[in-house]
Amino acid sequence: METVEQIRERLLARFPAAHVTLVTNPGAAAEHSLLLDAAHAHDLALFLRDDPAQRLDYCSNATGVDWPDKEITDVVKTTVPDPAGGPPKIVEQKTTHVQPGCLEVVYHLYSMALKHGPVIIRLRTANRSDQVALPSLTPVWRSCDFQEREIFDLYGIVFERHPDLRRLLMWDEFKDHPMRKDYVEPDDYEWEPTAHGAVLERAKAHLPPPPTPPAKEAKP
Amino acid sequence: MSDSAPSPAPAPFPAAGNISDADREELRRHGILMTSLEELYNWGRSNSIWPLQFGLACCAIEMIAAATARFDIARFGAEIFRPSPRQADLMIVSGTVTKKMAPLVVRLWNQMPEPKYCIAMGACAISGGPFKQGYNVLKGIDRFIPVDIYIPGCPPRPEALLNGLIQLQQKIKGEKLSGPDAARHTRPEEPSEFPIPAYGAHDLEPTKNPAVWSPPTPPPSA
Repeated sequence: METVEQIRERLLARFPAAHVTLVTNPGAAAEHSLLLDAAHAHDLALFLRDDPAQRLDYCSNATGVDWPDKEITDVVKTTVPDPAGGPPKIVEQKTTHVQPGCLEVVYHLYSMALKHGPVIIRLRTANRSDQVALPSLTPVWRSCDFQEREIFDLYGIVFERHPDLRRLLMWDEFKDHPMRKDYVEPDDYEWEPTAHGAVLERAKAHLPPPPTPPAKEAKP
Repeated sequence: MSDSAPSPAPAPFPAAGNISDADREELRRHGILMTSLEELYNWGRSNSIWPLQFGLACCAIEMIAAATARFDIARFGAEIFRPSPRQADLMIVSGTVTKKMAPLVVRLWNQMPEPKYCIAMGACAISGGPFKQGYNVLKGIDRFIPVDIYIPGCPPRPEALLNGLIQLQQKIKGEKLSGPDAARHTRPEEPSEFPIPAYGAHDLEPTKNPAVWSPPTPPPSA
């Protein structure tokens, strides 16, 4: 089986206009993946499926990832020479910038014919609010059908050209996307006889006010 | 009868209605069966509880196991799982009730004819279990319909389900058909149907039926 880098070069040789980025995994598993651009994702996926060297004919898993906006602090250290002749000072200059978030879909591809895999591909939306459409890969791998519906349900990624894009787990009237990081759950906590710490804290806001202690009778 | 010389009064002949169990047993040994219509009616009902055939999660596997030959729920006359709520006496809520499923469970309950009984089987049906406070799990089916028997367990063994069934049989056998403490299904003012919650934008609406269920209150010392 070719490495991910080789697959990337093969894809770029076939589709020069496409953008394929290598996303490395720094962990011990080192399962690197390929970030495909949404515009060419369908063609790239078809190529991966039908290319005789790859034959990635089975998508075992599709899952969503929510990347919220992330504030990154850059620390720039500059050495300022001391005018008095002492040792030079090191001045830290901190700047923060916000890395915009996105929604991501990850597909794990295997080849049943050639018995290799997985090859991991990713798709990312432009942002998390209004540009959340991605091309559906269900026309390429039929096994993505329910999984993309679940991602649409829980993350709110709209899969274009999906044959039957409806909510899977929640009801149609439901407005939220529960797997997003900024999902606010209904605050319906109640007192429980055997509550553990977190539930007890949340339930305190809903407890009835403690009864006022009866006024002490003044002793004659 | 004088006060100074008390003599043991002869016991009155037991009239129907206040005959003791020991006396009836004595009569039965002599080949005389004494019963009441209420008792006969409850005896028949309690030995032919037909459950509604539906399962929600892994507890349903244990319910199926209870129906097989090894545990044999037929010993208690409850083996006839009816595929229609119109023919069922008992709803075994066996498993996690998701918020998406809850209106359908309440609708099935409303479609069952009286007298009907409900068993909440397993931690999820009782309180939501390990999924309590999850965004998609109802925190107990007793928020919408009245539950007669709670069977704890995750999931309960088939023996536990059978024990719950026996408890329900004893409850049915003790039901009165008239009088101030008559059974629920004999009182016309008691509701037989319950409001079905609607699918809301964030949760079920309403999240509970206050006429059926109210949250537990902390003890005064807390």
